[in-house]
Parts: sequence; C-alpha cells; structure tokens
Amino acid sequence: MRSRKTAQKPTTASRVFDAANIVFLVALAVVTVLPFIYVIAGSLASEAEIASRAFFLWPRDVVTDSYDYIFSTDTFLRSLIVTILVTTVGTVIQVLLTFTMAYPLAKRYLPGRNVILMAVIFTMVFSGGMIPTYLIVRELGLLNTYWALILPLAINPFYLIIVKNFFQELPEELQEAARIDGCTDLGVFWRVVLPLSKPIIATMALFYAVAIWNDFMSPLLYISDTSKWTLQMFVRQMTISSDMANTLGQLDPNYIPPEQGLKFAVIVVATVPILLFYPFLQKHFAKGILLGSVKG
Amino acid sequence: MADNSPVTVAAGARAAAKDKPDKPRPKRQQAPLRVRMLRHAWLYVLLVPGVVYFAIFKYAPMYGVTIAFQDYLPFLGFSGSPWVGLKHFETLFTSPDFFRILRNTLLLALLNVIFVFPAPIVVALLLNEIRLSILKRAIQSSIYIPHFLSWTIVAALTYLLFALDVGPITQLMNSLFGARFNFLADPDWFRPLIILQTLWKSTGWGTIIYLAALAGVNPNLYEAARIDGANRWQQMRHITLPAIQSTIVIMAILMSGNLLDTGFEQIYLMTNALNRSVAEVFDTYVYFLGITQGAYSYSTAVGLFKAVVGIILIFGANWLARRFKQNGLF
Repeated sequence: MRSRKTAQKPTTASRVFDAANIVFLVALAVVTVLPFIYVIAGSLASEAEIASRAFFLWPRDVVTDSYDYIFSTDTFLRSLIVTILVTTVGTVIQVLLTFTMAYPLAKRYLPGRNVILMAVIFTMVFSGGMIPTYLIVRELGLLNTYWALILPLAINPFYLIIVKNFFQELPEELQEAARIDGCTDLGVFWRVVLPLSKPIIATMALFYAVAIWNDFMSPLLYISDTSKWTLQMFVRQMTISSDMANTLGQLDPNYIPPEQGLKFAVIVVATVPILLFYPFLQKHFAKGILLGSVKG
Repeated sequence: MADNSPVTVAAGARAAAKDKPDKPRPKRQQAPLRVRMLRHAWLYVLLVPGVVYFAIFKYAPMYGVTIAFQDYLPFLGFSGSPWVGLKHFETLFTSPDFFRILRNTLLLALLNVIFVFPAPIVVALLLNEIRLSILKRAIQSSIYIPHFLSWTIVAALTYLLFALDVGPITQLMNSLFGARFNFLADPDWFRPLIILQTLWKSTGWGTIIYLAALAGVNPNLYEAARIDGANRWQQMRHITLPAIQSTIVIMAILMSGNLLDTGFEQIYLMTNALNRSVAEVFDTYVYFLGITQGAYSYSTAVGLFKAVVGIILIFGANWLARRFKQNGLF
C-alpha cells in the first residue's frame, strides 16, 4: 500500500472522485451478485409468487417444493451423480498427468526437454480443431463413454506451464541432497517435491474441477445417450430449451411440478458446489494466476 | 564411465550454452548424452503419460486436419480417403454463408476489443484507488464469482432475466420505456446480450492480473510525484499507466490469438431460430455442419481457415507491439 504520511490535504476534486469511485464499484459488485441472489430467492419461492412479483431478493414464503421435486426425479439425480463422479475422477487424472509431466520439464539439464516444451507451447497457438478431435475420440471408441469427458481435456497446457514454472522455483539443493541419500528421481518427486507443492496442487485441482464441472462442449459433442448426461446438459435442457417433460422423464400426471421454480432450483444446484470451494481457495488461485502469467 | 573424455567436455559446453541456467551451477563435467539420459531414466518415465496425451489428443488432430483436403470417409480413415485439393476451401469462399459468418465473427471480435478488453483495466485502476482494504477485498470477491459459473448457467440466467414478458429485466424495461422488448429473439439484441454476458462473467477475474501489476509499483514514485505537485490524474497518467503498460501489451497479444474464438459454448447456447442470422460464427458453423450434418471434410476446412487466421493475428499483434514499443514510448 502506498504511504499517505507525506500527502497534503486531499483536494475537493480528489474527495469527489473517491466518493464517486466507491459508489460506482459497490454498484458494480451489487449488479454482479444480484442475478444470483434472485435465482436463489426464486428457487425458494412459490410458483404464484414467481408469476406475480417481478424482481425479488427474498420470497414472502419460503417453500422447498422445487428442490423436493427435482431431487425426487431419477434423471436429475443421475446427472448430478455422473457430474460428481466425472469431476472427481477427472480432476485426479488431470492433476496427476499435469504434475508428472511438469516435473521433468522443469529440469533444465534433461536432454530433449526443450523439444517437448516447444511442442506443448505450439498446441497453445494451433490446434486441429473440433472435427478432427471429434474423429479421434470416435476412433478411440470413446463416444458415449465418460472417458470422453475426461481424457481429451487431461492436460491444460497453460496449467502445465504454471506448474513447470513453480517446480523451477523449488530449490534444487534439497532435491540434490535427497538424491545423494539414495533417492531415485521418482523418489525425489514423490517424497520431496510433491509435499512441497500442496498449495499449487490445491489450486490446480480447483481449476481443473471447475473446468470439468462446467464443461458443456464435451458432453454436447461426445455424449448422445441422454442417460449419461451431465448437469450442464440437464440445465440447458431445462432452462433454455424448456424441454421439461422429456428432460425429467415421465411426469406424474396427478402432480403439476413448480415449473418456473424448477429452473431456478436446477441453476442453484449446478452452481453451489463450485462456489462452496471458492472462498477457501481464493488466496491460492490469485497466486497461481500470477505465477503463470507474469513468468509464463 | 568416461567422465573425462573430450567429447564430454564439448557436450557439456554445448548444453551449458544452450540452456543458460539462471544461477551459475557448480562446475561439473557432464557425461555423454546417453549416460545423462540413462541417469534420469525415471524422469523420462514420468514424461510418458503426458507425451502420449499430447500425441493423441493434440497432435493426431493436427494430422487429422489433412481431411480438409480430402473427401473424408469414416471407413477409409485419415490416410485412405481420396484427396481433393482445395475443393472445400473453394466451396467455403464462394458460399453465401462465408461472408455472413465472417462478418458475425469479426463484429463480435471487434466488440470484444472495444468493450471487453479495456473493462478489467479500468476496473483494476479504479479498485486500486480504494484505500479501505476491507471494502476493496469485498468488491473483488463479489466480482470474481461469475468467473466460476459455466456458460450454461450464464445463458440460463440470461433466459430467466430477459424472458419475454415474465423476465424481471424485460418487465422493468417495458415499464420504463413503454415498449415491449423481446431481447432473446430480436437479432438486434443478440450482440449486446453477448457482450453483456462476457463483461459480467470475465471482467472481475480479468482484474487479477492488472491488480498484481499495480501492486508492484514502487510507492516512492507516487510520493515523489506528490511532492512535485502532481494531482491524482497526473499520477495515474505518468506513473500507474506506464507501470502496467507491458502487462496490457502482453494481454493484448494473448487476446489477439483468440480473437476469432468467439466462444463456442456461449454463442451456441444463445443461438435460436430467430437470431441465427447474426449469431452464427465459425465455431457454431463448424459444429453444425460437422457434428450434426456429418460434413467432416468441409467443416474441418472451415476450422482450419479460422485457425490460420488466428495464428496470423497473434504474430501480427506481436510484430505490432514490438514496432510500437520501438517507435513510441522508449
């Protein structure tokens, strides 16, 4: 923070600017968060209230009809479980592959390192594109399997470079000492380097988990079997296509579901898990972004 | 091992010259290449899964791009399908779709440059002027949130808020202006909605990098400037902006490569039958023709055209930035 000790008395213009600035930025923050609060409120409101009140940030009567209904349907629960499963397994695989590849690439003395590094960086500038990638996934027999949601995204080159830069900053002496004590490179990586990398592992896990949880393109491209849908596909079908009857399977003809409320509830369920992680890791990811971009 | 042979010394010197380590490493004669590779066999083992990933999912599709010059038939594969030269590119460039899609893509890219690119810079500069750190952090935490939402969620929110008649924003606008707005179906509203979405989702997150650059500015500079009588505007103009200028240039170069990546998910989710004429961009066109219609070769050609233009843009921007720096500010 800049020192204010020697500052002269703030001028009027300066004060006016400060006030206007704070008002503007607070308004920006409020506008950013408002739609989300509205959706949470809507998910807890009755159908009648959603229809009658235009914009509200807290419902008059809190009802959980929408949640009760959505959690009673097989299709929704299945897509939720699929998403949790794919995100968990996918994140483990992504972190594992990224870290094992980044470690050797951080060793300046490793012959062939530069060639591989250039090959990785090239993929950030040029790619085969949607169709050739789709055809590869198809020829590997991955269409309509959960692997199609994980493997094509297994390593993000940007994250790989961030982790590589992080490893390069680790003191080499420590690893040298372990090697002299008889550790193999593998042992050094596992016993010395990884324990030192916990914060960046957490950051990368968060980044990967968010990306795979939010991924809409992969299921759209590779999953045509609706019983293997992820939450994102479900959300889109419910809210944007408004194809509720087909999405939820056979609706009970004796019960009219809270149609609008369901849309709100689905959005909340698909978002809250991600936002729960966020405050805990906020410190780390700011640092992670910095590592990658400033030194990238 | 033959640690003292002249070959070793030469190899070591070559390696040293090529690698240029940051810190001077203790002088040590290096073993021959084969020996050095064997010594670090485990490191190569660690590399294998990653290299296999890049080979299969990044480089095989690059080879697969050759089908843009073929009439690809699935049962004949990448290597067996008949070659047709530039046929698909001729089809593309003579197609009436081409100019419409190019125009849509470029217009969105232009709007991104004008509105989306400067937004995080402005917000970061304004945030930097807030001295109450609790307030600053609270604002930052709130404006980061949308970054973590998927495009599906953002599109769903848009559909709820801007729905015809029942959407709260639509109702508000209707009562304010007396006109009946149909945001989601009106082609005129497609681009504003897209830009609004992008601003909402990415501005806060984008400030991180600029705030980091701003935190690195030496506070003594401001003190000196104040003593010289500089007001806050002058301080920003002569200290803050030059300090983050290199970050801005880097971000501009990075962005230029993605200029034509208008964001498949976002556009796809916001496209409907009524706004298709302004919504269709290269990415959605490739999806539509390739995946849903099975025109693999043609849509690969479209994708390749886009990728090549992207590369030209990124190198062009880099070249411009260098020239700009030489002539202008240094």
